[in-house]
Amino acid sequence: MMKGRVSKVFYLLHINRKEKPHQTEMEKQVVDGLREVFQSGRSRPLQYRKQQLGALHRLITEHQEDIEQALKQDLNRNTYNTSLFELISIENDIKLAESEMADWAAPRPVKKNLNSALDDVYIKPEPLGVVLIIGTWNYPWAMILQPLVGAIAAGNAAVLKPSELSEHSARLMKELLPLYLDKEMYQVVTGGVPETQELLRQRFDHIFYTGSSAVGKLVMEAAARHLTPVTLELGGKSPCYVDKNCDIAVACRRITWGKFANCGQTCIAPDYILCEPSIQDRIVEEIQKTLLEFYQTDPKSSPDYCRIINTRHFDRVLALMNECTIALGGESDRSQCYIAPTVLKDVLPHFKIMQEEIFGPLLPIVTVNGLSEAIQFINAREKPLALYVFSSDKTVIKRMLAETSSGGVTVNDVLMHYTVDTLPFGGVGNSGMGRYHGKHTFDQLSHHRACLIKSFAMEGLNDARYPPLTAARLRKAKFFMQHRLCSCSGICVWAVIANLLAIGLLVALIVVLNVNILV
Amino acid sequence: MSNTGVLTMESQKQVLERLRGAFRSGVTLPVHFRLTQLEAMMSLFEDNETQIIEAMHEDLAKPKFEAVLSEIEIVVNDICYAISNLQSWMQPTYVATNLATKLDDCFVRREPLGVVLIIGAWNYPLHLILLPLIGAIAAGNCAILKPSEISRATEKLLAELIPKYLSQECYAVIRGGAEETKTLLENRFDHIFYTGSQSVARCILLAAAVHLTPVTLELGGKCPCLIYGRLDMKAAAKRLVWAKFFNAGQSCVAPDYVLCTAETRDALLPFIKETLESFYGSDPQQSPDLGRIVTDRHWDRLLELLKKSEGKIVIGGESDKKTKYIAPTVVVDVMESDALMQEEIFGPILPILTIKSLDEAIYFVNEREKPLALYAFSDESQVVNTVLERTCSGGFCSNDGIVHMSLPGLPFGGVGASGMGNYHGRWGFETFSHKRGCMMRSWLLERVNVLRYPPYNESNLSWLRWATTAKKKGWAGCSVM
Repeated sequence: MMKGRVSKVFYLLHINRKEKPHQTEMEKQVVDGLREVFQSGRSRPLQYRKQQLGALHRLITEHQEDIEQALKQDLNRNTYNTSLFELISIENDIKLAESEMADWAAPRPVKKNLNSALDDVYIKPEPLGVVLIIGTWNYPWAMILQPLVGAIAAGNAAVLKPSELSEHSARLMKELLPLYLDKEMYQVVTGGVPETQELLRQRFDHIFYTGSSAVGKLVMEAAARHLTPVTLELGGKSPCYVDKNCDIAVACRRITWGKFANCGQTCIAPDYILCEPSIQDRIVEEIQKTLLEFYQTDPKSSPDYCRIINTRHFDRVLALMNECTIALGGESDRSQCYIAPTVLKDVLPHFKIMQEEIFGPLLPIVTVNGLSEAIQFINAREKPLALYVFSSDKTVIKRMLAETSSGGVTVNDVLMHYTVDTLPFGGVGNSGMGRYHGKHTFDQLSHHRACLIKSFAMEGLNDARYPPLTAARLRKAKFFMQHRLCSCSGICVWAVIANLLAIGLLVALIVVLNVNILV
Repeated sequence: MSNTGVLTMESQKQVLERLRGAFRSGVTLPVHFRLTQLEAMMSLFEDNETQIIEAMHEDLAKPKFEAVLSEIEIVVNDICYAISNLQSWMQPTYVATNLATKLDDCFVRREPLGVVLIIGAWNYPLHLILLPLIGAIAAGNCAILKPSEISRATEKLLAELIPKYLSQECYAVIRGGAEETKTLLENRFDHIFYTGSQSVARCILLAAAVHLTPVTLELGGKCPCLIYGRLDMKAAAKRLVWAKFFNAGQSCVAPDYVLCTAETRDALLPFIKETLESFYGSDPQQSPDLGRIVTDRHWDRLLELLKKSEGKIVIGGESDKKTKYIAPTVVVDVMESDALMQEEIFGPILPILTIKSLDEAIYFVNEREKPLALYAFSDESQVVNTVLERTCSGGFCSNDGIVHMSLPGLPFGGVGASGMGNYHGRWGFETFSHKRGCMMRSWLLERVNVLRYPPYNESNLSWLRWATTAKKKGWAGCSVM
């Protein structure tokens, strides 16, 4: 299926080359225009960047209903899901950037050696220039606006290319952005493959792409021409190992939540479960209980259950069920692009469903005889974007972490590492390169310029390195090149107090919730 | 399996398979293994200093002084730095969490990538391949080294010494030219580290795209040197001359050209002459401290530039093809369209372009590709700050040249056309690591999780919003207060 996707993209690129029905100048003008404004230095002052972030925040809060409506049309997403999965993370990122930007953008002093003891030595984060952010359709707002927050905070100009598959969101974004942000620094370009292809021909200072590995390769190839660095947030099959020593009921609740939210169309959704045969039936049972609790008897009529983005993906996902034994669900309705939350048991490694990222509400269970086999299974495949392990046994967790590789990990839950903005979020190997969220986006979209500020004083020291060579000079030069100065760090008392306070608040939250539930 | 000859595609694959097998076995993971390898690298230098200096001399007529400072000392320093800091670099770093995840452990693990490819260059043939290797070893990877075939003696030495000191299971040297490099690049690596030219870098990126391999590119460009305002002429001349003519100008961070006013130029030239004489004597060709051009082809290229140039040679200009010698040369009255301004010089020729104002100089620099390094000489901090704020470059150094490279605390790398990614010190370790974000959730507090499960309702949403935005950074950051 991956090959099919690649050849389809190539086919579309090929026919476009021949036909060229569309203006090729527009994209170039957009990029050239943005570059000129960027070079004027408008985005350098932090005040400007904060203003833009504030405006972006207002865009989201003032048009929350419009955004929710667009997502309902695109994905049958309900308002809760939209807030939880998209808007909260964008807003958190904006607030974080607004409050921390000054710190992030400030020069970062580094260790010196004896030669530079009297110099200023630091790293200066600087904007890159014009960045291209290519979004995707499953979280059309978060996947574009979260990188944009970092791009703005780092002082860049940006072109946003939302996915044409989530067309209502794309249209709304194109309409709203210029009403709030400086349209000479940030622009939305909508369209399909031809427009994206044309954009990729232009020179950017960074390209941030979220999507499939197949297209990721094409993006990197296009970037190579201009020696443009890229961040690729790709996908893969994120494995979920459930150990027999764990609270299976809780594990299944969490897995069910993460798998079927957004109808499985999440790049870090648990793609498949690995477990021992002895607990497979129990897992199915617990998932069944949870599904009932979440979506009641008929998920199709639940306001909380989404749809597949379009009929092409619907057909693709449905076809993956072919060889499998359905343990739960399996119902579908093409007219609504509805596929019921489905669990497949005794799935074998060579089945089609195990050859590509599912990106849909099908949860295969593959049985393995213990942890070692699970680790082997995972390592025989491409490094995934996320990896999940459920166990009460610390040695199991330790081994899983030490013996596998993945973009990120959540232990005893799913998806959650995405929500911690202090953790870098990104893939490795086939699942991507680069990372973002919170400060990491700022760093990813900045150039870290090494600065050494010297004065003309202490020229005597320099004598050691000048020719002609003498043994004494050489000795002196070697000595001064070594680094021995240390930096000290102290414990921040306030951080400790704040932590205690936060824990107290958490306890209060629990108490309140418990009281709520009892009432 | 011998690593000294040029390998066919099949044998390259075999080497790669061997390294991959070693990596999969987990042998490079323990800190003890990495430290042993780094210490072995240290011994490589200690035991073979003479041979190294000889090889450098054979390849580039590199003076002993330069070989020791720029090929041995800089690498040995980085090895020491890595050895003393490795344990702490390898520790997971714990990160701050929000209220909803307070009882969870969130940390970042630095993990090796796998098998990496390091392609060296000929101008600092040992340093440019072994400094990245330090980072690769420290981060727990296996590595294939592909030294430049142009610096033959060093290539041969590396092929002999690396298997002698480092684990042959985990590290290999592959020799060859453009063809062998091309076939090598058809294989899949977990990271490619390349030092060299922009045109080759494009090919490398294209090859890397096929496998989605991340790359670090240390490229070049024309590093401008702005000299403006009040300054200590004598010290400025010494530092400029040292940085420019080190390795006969064949450094990616050598000041490529100077921008200054006519008055500054006229005041500076006598000091430059004086410095050259104190460094290399009245006949630099006799000095043991001046390097030579690496090959006839590069020598021809430089002479051609000099011939085509419409500037006026005020210092030097002498050359001798037989010994690949070019005298330290200064050319003035160079215009923007001059032959010397069309490509990176990479030789001992220093063009001086005159400008009338600092703005003009900054404009000139910004019209061009972002360089690997940018220099500003001035005693006026206002001038230095203006240049720093209004330009962009890989690295920046005021009132000196090249030396910012020798500080392991600073990341060394380019931006735009001068490259992507960086290394040196801890940055090398980070470049060759995957930063894996990990979250260990507690089994408890399933009650808090209830907030996120369907069926959804507004009240749960507001609690969740509050819990995920409440921060822990001090009183001011806590949104509840």
